[in-house]
Amino acid sequence: MTLPTDPPTQTWLQRHRMIITPLMFLLPGVAFFAVYVISPILQSFYISTFEWTGLGSLSEQGEFIGMQNYRELMSDRNFEVSLWNNVKWLVLYLLAIPGGLFIALFLNQTVAGIRVYKSLFFFPFVISQVVVGLVFSWFYLPNVGLLNVVLGWFGSEVNILGNPDLATYGIIAAGLWPQTAYCMILYLTGLNAVDPEQIEAARLDGAKGVRMLWHVILPQLRPATFIAFVVTIIGALRSFDLISVMTNGGPFGSTRVLSFYMFEKALSEYGFRMGYGSAIAVILFLIMLIFISYFLWTMWRDERAARL
Amino acid sequence: MLKKLTSAAVALTMTTGLSGPVFAGAHAELEGTLRIISDMSNPAPREVMEGLAADFDEMHPELTVELDIVDREAWKSQIRNALSASPPDVVNWYAANRMGPYVDSGLFMDITDWWDAGDFEGLESVKGAMTMDDKQWGVPYTYYQWGMYYRADIFDELGLEEPETFEQEIANCEVILGSGRKCYTIGTKFLWTAGGWFDYLNMRTNGFDHHMALARGELSWTEDEGVRQAFENWRTLIDMGAYIDDHQTYSWQEALPFMVKGEATSYLMGNFAVPQLRDAGLGDDQLDFYQFPAINPDVEMGEDAPTDTFHVASGAQNVAAAREFLKFVTSPDVQTRINGPDALGQLPVNANSSVADDKFLQQGFTMLSENATGGIAQFFDRDFPAEMAAIGMEGLQEFMVFPDNLDDILARMESARQRIYD
Repeated sequence: MTLPTDPPTQTWLQRHRMIITPLMFLLPGVAFFAVYVISPILQSFYISTFEWTGLGSLSEQGEFIGMQNYRELMSDRNFEVSLWNNVKWLVLYLLAIPGGLFIALFLNQTVAGIRVYKSLFFFPFVISQVVVGLVFSWFYLPNVGLLNVVLGWFGSEVNILGNPDLATYGIIAAGLWPQTAYCMILYLTGLNAVDPEQIEAARLDGAKGVRMLWHVILPQLRPATFIAFVVTIIGALRSFDLISVMTNGGPFGSTRVLSFYMFEKALSEYGFRMGYGSAIAVILFLIMLIFISYFLWTMWRDERAARL
Repeated sequence: MLKKLTSAAVALTMTTGLSGPVFAGAHAELEGTLRIISDMSNPAPREVMEGLAADFDEMHPELTVELDIVDREAWKSQIRNALSASPPDVVNWYAANRMGPYVDSGLFMDITDWWDAGDFEGLESVKGAMTMDDKQWGVPYTYYQWGMYYRADIFDELGLEEPETFEQEIANCEVILGSGRKCYTIGTKFLWTAGGWFDYLNMRTNGFDHHMALARGELSWTEDEGVRQAFENWRTLIDMGAYIDDHQTYSWQEALPFMVKGEATSYLMGNFAVPQLRDAGLGDDQLDFYQFPAINPDVEMGEDAPTDTFHVASGAQNVAAAREFLKFVTSPDVQTRINGPDALGQLPVNANSSVADDKFLQQGFTMLSENATGGIAQFFDRDFPAEMAAIGMEGLQEFMVFPDNLDDILARMESARQRIYD
């Protein structure tokens, strides 16, 4: 009988290979993550404590001002408007989830040519956000836009993108169009995975309609709902392109969100305040961190539950 | 908006007969590579720039000219990156305060010596726009007038004359409104068009010097009586309903059809609007120009005449070639040619050049050289520091839509002023 003990000739590397191998595999990912994700975050924190035009080197041209940028943010009305707009985006954008679910349920049937209908509904998600923005701004145009032509038949008109109280909602509506399509496709794939036996069993027990949906179908769609929630929140927070195309932040700054305001202050034609822009970016990051933590926590919980 | 339309121009193999041997042989000692990044991306300017590069390249056999043309709008935010990392030798930009950030951070080269050495003869009158901290930071290559472009045929139909005072302007406008048209078209989506209106109203109400003091942050937006008066005059027009509705939704180009269709009669604009109006079908008998009328008879007329420029990057590799190129671009013959009606269609910066035989350019040139005794400003967003301009123009747009918010708008601008200029 031979004992599988380590022969003394083994090198240090061989003895620790169970630890070293995974570390080696992790190394490239961790390195890139550190260089391209972690360090820019820390850099943003660092730059946000400076007054700097973004030109020349930070150490020569920048002036350290501590928390001054954040103090200014607290009393900046444009920042407040942007923050509230972000909240509006986050809340209203979630309408894409029930909207997508509804369309998915509607399309989840076997009729001739259903694939064509499905792809037509999915179409808005395929076109670029910039095109969506353009189409909707034409749709909203005063006098000649389709919306106002139709409203004109009833003797009223509204310049949605020119009205500071309505413009943000107009843009969100444009954003919902492709986002609903995205959620729909997520639910359609989810519906394919619904267990027909459970439905059969529920039907035998007399469940149907809303009760069937709520107690039998939706619980099985939980993974799809989770993904739809994640992509919708992310979509709401990076609503930059639609705003840029449709209103350019206007009228008088009423449609800005934090990411757009950050761009304006730090990088745009008239923006030479890198420090202030970074401070806005940090706030935006902290807001995102709430959601990121929630997502990570949910995933961690689910994985642990699966392992037990 | 963030689309980058960069394209490398093929200037090397072009052999154009455009310039002929005007300068050939004179400066054959230049060698190496001259790298130029230009923002002249619209069709006509692009041809001009490519021609300039090709000619210069041909004049100097030992020198290779490398030209990159960047989309004009994109360049406004790309220039900072272009100047920071391996900068080119020569770049396009704008005069006056728009140079500020790049001058302050040392990205533009101080070329005072070249000016002092007499490189740029005939440019004395535009030197001021290139001066910051008593030094010169570049050279201009073109400029254009601002003013009232109007539908002459509609004025004739209504029996109106070109106004010379604000009272006449208002009286005209009342007649125009009475005929079911709007007096002025404007698109303020991108804000700067509102800046043009404020420039004129303030320069006419309070004079050029007051306007410049305001731009330098020396006057309070809330305390100064003159500023209030300028907004008061503006309000007269707004309350009459002189401007087209929903202008906050349109870009300046989207506002052109109102004038073309005759729904509005005038457009306070730069001369660059003329080719577009002509292309849209307005003949020279339908379109004419007048100087913004006097408001306060005690102040001399000041005008906006934005100037576009060339600069040498402080990290330039081929300074000798860059210097020669600036000299070339600003020389009288080249100035006459590139500002001609089939090229840029604007005004030459060199006093020894000739102005194209074009109704609008001739009128503009006469106006700027004879009837702008108050002084020549650049433009709201070029005279005011960048951040003040951005906050200011947003306030001006809001004022045009909700004039009742004036106190609030001025208070915001004042608090921005106190922070920005200190």
